[in-house]
Amino acid sequence: MQPKLGLTGWLRWFWRQLTSMRTALFLLLMLAIAAIPGSLVPQRSSDPNGVTQYFADNADLAPILDKLQAFDVYTSAWFSSIYLLLFISLIGCVIPRTKHHFQALRAKPPTTPARLGRLSGFTTRDAPEQTDARDAITHARALLKSSGYRVVRFDSDTESSVSAERGYLRETGNLVFHAALVGILVTAGFGGGYGFAGQRVIVEGQTFVNTLLAYDSFNPGRFFDDTTLDPYTLSLDDFSVSYEQQNLQAYGQPIDFTADVTVTPKGESAEPGVVKVNGPLRTNGTSIYLLGNGYAPTIQVTAPDGTVVFSDSVPFLPQDANLTSLGIVKVPDGLSEQLGMIGFFYPTQDKAASGANFSSYPDLEYPLLTLNVYTGDLGLDAGVPTSVYSLVTDTLTRQTGGKTGVASIELKPGASAELPGDLGTVSFVDNNPAASAAGDFTQSVPRFASFDIHHDPTQIWLLSFSMLVLFGLFTGLLVPRRRVWVKATTGIDGTVHLEYAGLARGDDPALEAAITNVADRHLKLLKTHQPVVANPESI
Amino acid sequence: MNLTDTALLNSYSLYALYSAMAVYALAFIAFAVDLARRSSAVGAMESDLTTVDAASSVGSAVSAARTSTSTLERPAVKRPVLSRISARMDADAALPYGRSASLRVGVALTVLAWALHLAATIMRGFAADRVPWANMYEFALTGTLLIMTVFLIVLIRSDLRFLGTFVTGLVLVLLGVAALQFYVEVAPLPPALQSAWLVIHVFVASLATGMFALGFALSTVQLLQFRRENRVLDAAAAPSGLRLRFLATLPSSATLENLAYRINIIGFILWTFTLMAGSIWAEQAWGRYWGWDTKEVWTFIIWVIYAGYIHARATRGWRGSRSAWLAIIGFSAVMFNFGIVNVFFKGLHAYSGLPL
Ligand code: HEM
Repeated sequence: MQPKLGLTGWLRWFWRQLTSMRTALFLLLMLAIAAIPGSLVPQRSSDPNGVTQYFADNADLAPILDKLQAFDVYTSAWFSSIYLLLFISLIGCVIPRTKHHFQALRAKPPTTPARLGRLSGFTTRDAPEQTDARDAITHARALLKSSGYRVVRFDSDTESSVSAERGYLRETGNLVFHAALVGILVTAGFGGGYGFAGQRVIVEGQTFVNTLLAYDSFNPGRFFDDTTLDPYTLSLDDFSVSYEQQNLQAYGQPIDFTADVTVTPKGESAEPGVVKVNGPLRTNGTSIYLLGNGYAPTIQVTAPDGTVVFSDSVPFLPQDANLTSLGIVKVPDGLSEQLGMIGFFYPTQDKAASGANFSSYPDLEYPLLTLNVYTGDLGLDAGVPTSVYSLVTDTLTRQTGGKTGVASIELKPGASAELPGDLGTVSFVDNNPAASAAGDFTQSVPRFASFDIHHDPTQIWLLSFSMLVLFGLFTGLLVPRRRVWVKATTGIDGTVHLEYAGLARGDDPALEAAITNVADRHLKLLKTHQPVVANPESI
Repeated sequence: MNLTDTALLNSYSLYALYSAMAVYALAFIAFAVDLARRSSAVGAMESDLTTVDAASSVGSAVSAARTSTSTLERPAVKRPVLSRISARMDADAALPYGRSASLRVGVALTVLAWALHLAATIMRGFAADRVPWANMYEFALTGTLLIMTVFLIVLIRSDLRFLGTFVTGLVLVLLGVAALQFYVEVAPLPPALQSAWLVIHVFVASLATGMFALGFALSTVQLLQFRRENRVLDAAAAPSGLRLRFLATLPSSATLENLAYRINIIGFILWTFTLMAGSIWAEQAWGRYWGWDTKEVWTFIIWVIYAGYIHARATRGWRGSRSAWLAIIGFSAVMFNFGIVNVFFKGLHAYSGLPL
């Protein structure tokens, strides 16, 4: 026994198994099954909050599922190994077939079978009188050739025939399809590495510069070089919304969100642009998507001595469809104590029977801002990054609301209130006091838009490969590949007998109709061209 | 469009829908009667045949049956052969049966119901002032309309009238669920759905679903037919279990398999397009073309199952019944994706329009 030979033999066996049709089928079915769990359990990639919630709800089960990578199914070792094996199988399958197909493309159609009677669509005709067998085949050859067949003729003393084949595009399509799938996998797998995705909230009137530090969050691909960021600026000039007001069945449902922006490429002049929910703005090699919006009430905090220690439009995160919104204000400096406030903003404030505030309509009909005040150490000095959207209240003392006995601060646009403990005053600045005075609050509070800014150089490739996939499917599944034979035999009485038959290579519903059609057209040709000058053409 | 017009048109749409459902129900009955008649005709044939040499081979039994088809109801006038496929299918049945009166009534009623269904869908679209497939109710309305349209168009090319019971039954059940469970009032399109891709992506998905539904029905009949053929081959087998004698009047399992394949590959191409169009839309609306959202996952699963089905047809040992099972599983996944994933699974595709 020679171990070396055994190993190659074994490897060859393994490779043959892997690239067999049966394995491809098995792996495909495995892939379908393996994809299911990712729809049953929340995934970190698409629904991180869902995963956190799942851990909270299923404290025992979640860690076990996590070990099985059930929260990262589509990047898990088991899912990846299935599709990688599948694609290795695919490549191992496609390469030899491509070689084979190139040979087939150059090969001639095969010899006419001796007996056509048992083949598909077999039909016979009697040639018109005085037809010569060779002439008949000359016509048949021309007919088939003009119908896109590759032809070769055979002549002997007793009979002439033409052998024809068409539909090589079917196999071409099939190979293009499979190769394009590899293209998609490779592009999607590596392509993401060359781009980035960043998020940024911009309040009306604010400007963002496309630099690393300006993003609220930034996810570069593995191969992305930060220094290639193109520092154009993006200003949100106006964010307009419209809500359904007529149809009571859908009252308050958003109808339109439009962000009017100005983009200024570095060293160039400004150009206006529009970002809508289904209409990203493509500019400077990036795509800007509108993924969220809300209110950013302008809040001002003034120290007792009259110095303004905080003044900003603070983005409040929407909590429900009527845009009840939650926001955080942190004032670390300028007051006798560090100040934190948790605010609720109701664009159209209403009171439930329980006395709780809620918003009954998403637009600014009757805006109200409520604030709960905390004092103490905001934890900002430790150098640990903290979210601007949350306030850790453990180290703070609550001054209003809850059990303090002091009512929460409630402000209409333009109003101010004293902060407890003589800290100073807080104001809810009105953006358009004149209109509000007339009862129109729609301009009183600025809005923000949250944008995703992406750069993905591979999308055009993916699109091209997808087109190839479709092309390959159309031709690979729908182009019939068939062989057709026409044979002419001269009887002892001199009459010419014609036989027609075909052979399907793959699914071919129209084969028999096609053979009949060839026979009919051929006969018509013989009748009109009679008599022909004998000039048998041979290949 | 003002609100009273909307309400009026929508109520007309509902009247048309309920009428369509009633007529579909009648068509269903007519098709079922046809199957029952076929069964009893076959029963009669078979008792005639018992006088034929019982030990004769299947072939001679079948040819004996063929020679005595004159006792069966057949159209006296030979109709023009619409396509060679139907001609072959007729010749392919063990006991050709032709078209009974109830079958013709069934088809006529189906066409009438389809016209009402079409009217209901169009009026809903006009009431909403946009394409009528923006929530689950509307998607069911349009989707079933397309299933029926595909069925009626295929009928022109090949005689699949025997699937009438299945198709009208399926559409009735889906419409019933839609009208009772998914109904929502006309509402404007939320910004996320305001896209040309809504028109393309969802329409093509529905068309693919129509194809897969027919493929499913053919594959199911194929499996039943295959069982019957085996039973006939196994001459000694005593008649047992589900008889479904009408199967003898339907095409052979091999023909059914080919038909199912042709319809399913069209469905597969449309589904591939659906998946790609969905990715393009997702890129525009959500900033990424693929994110394994639950609906995307199931669209992918369905695609892979049907890719498996196509491969199975080219794999030794998987042709015939096994591949038919894949087509059946594939369509079950399509129904699951529509009925269960939309309503009960969390994801970005929250377009059912239902309060949850
Ligand atoms: C990602 C995995 C794969 C997918 C999604 C896939 C999908 C498909 C589809 C849709 C078709 C029909 C389209 C056409 O003919 O143009 C097809 C056909 C075919 N595939 Fe694949 N395939 C995969 C992997 C493989 C592998 C690994 C092999 C080889 C072992 C293979 C061999 C074939 C063959 C021989 C056909 C022709 C079948 C026929 O003529 O009916 N495929 N495949």
